Amino acid sequence: MKRLFFLIVLVFFFSNKSYAVSYNSDPKIFITELVEDAIKTLSDKSISQEEKNKTIEKIARENVDIKALGMYTLGDIRKSLEKEKLEKYQKLFEKYFLKSLTSRLTDYSTQKFEVIDAEQKSAKTTIVHSKITASSSQPEIKIDWRVYTKDPLKPLIRDLIVEGLSLARTQKEEFASILNSNNNDINILLSKLEEFISN
Amino acid sequence: MIFKRFNTLILSVLFIFFSVNASAQTEKECFEKASRGIFKFNQGFDNVILEPVAKLYNKLPEPIKNGTGNFTSNIATLLSIPNHLLQGEIKSAGHATGSFLINSTVGVLGLANPAAAMGLDNQKEDLGQTLGSYGVGGGCYFVLPILGPTTVRDTVGMFGDNLIDPFARVTWHEKEIKSISGNKLDYVGIKAATAVDFRGDNMTNFESLEKNSIDLYAATKSLYLQNRDKKIKNSSDSDDDDWGNLDK
Repeated sequence: MKRLFFLIVLVFFFSNKSYAVSYNSDPKIFITELVEDAIKTLSDKSISQEEKNKTIEKIARENVDIKALGMYTLGDIRKSLEKEKLEKYQKLFEKYFLKSLTSRLTDYSTQKFEVIDAEQKSAKTTIVHSKITASSSQPEIKIDWRVYTKDPLKPLIRDLIVEGLSLARTQKEEFASILNSNNNDINILLSKLEEFISN
Repeated sequence: MIFKRFNTLILSVLFIFFSVNASAQTEKECFEKASRGIFKFNQGFDNVILEPVAKLYNKLPEPIKNGTGNFTSNIATLLSIPNHLLQGEIKSAGHATGSFLINSTVGVLGLANPAAAMGLDNQKEDLGQTLGSYGVGGGCYFVLPILGPTTVRDTVGMFGDNLIDPFARVTWHEKEIKSISGNKLDYVGIKAATAVDFRGDNMTNFESLEKNSIDLYAATKSLYLQNRDKKIKNSSDSDDDDWGNLDK
């Protein structure tokens, strides 16, 4: 009985391990491993697009600070929003983010990626500098990763800065534009997100 | 003549005064509804003309594409030189001058870029950036037909560029400099080639942005303003205090 219990625990532990995607906690190695993993998944011809999307979403859920990114993107209105609306926004934002991230990564998955170095900005933030090397269809693209390192053992990505242009800030200003044009009505933003997710 | 110059000087001072005052409102729109309409028109122009031409351009052999990119970039250096000087960047002005001279001679009229291999940076500068480096704010944001996103400062800069750019002097203004002359068609042709080369280089970026935006107009505005800010500061640092606010 004791042996059986031990076996069950062992199987559970290893089966969990095989699903969990864990990367090195050093921000530079973390980004290298994560992107290599994502590119490997997206360029694997033996798995379906649906499986690829699921794997990328899993990697993103575990390694991107989606909750903080959603709050940042929402801007100051987050402070005055009802709890129920905020929760609905967070759920929709996660779906929106995962869909757009998978699409963006798929667009760039054929390119060669290289991590250059890492720069610690503060105790909580490290910027990892990387580049997509030039190809016949695209010049070299510099990509900086804003990595949140409050828990040094579990770094989380918060933003991608492509050629000095922050994707999080662009998204934030996009959302702000929708809110400003509609009297700060969060329902309009929520319906726009729903529309994007369902398309 | 002196009176005309004096008038221009007064207008310039007034413009700088108003733009500095308007700097806090850089991201405000002048006439958003009209700009959104023009933006749609520009998208149509891109779909029907620019994108198909850029797709054809991307099918050309690599040496032809590289040569076109180098050639247009080398001509743009002529505008960067006076702007580096106006910004007090003597070293950059020297690099740009060296780059232009080497590429125009060793690089066969700028078709090749041997200056880059020699470590001569060729950072593009324009009068909008120069005014920005003096502390002149954007004023307000709007969209021009065909030319795309801009601000009051950058539009004024664009007209100024046309006056100080040696290439524009010999083509658009048809002035002869050291027996070199051209016409308006040469000027427009080079600008069109620059636009096609840029569009061709950014095919994936444009498609990805269009596919993943819920408000493409606002996303384009944000990217334009961030890009201008980065170029004025000559820095790729993206600093936004709101991340700090989230951690409190």
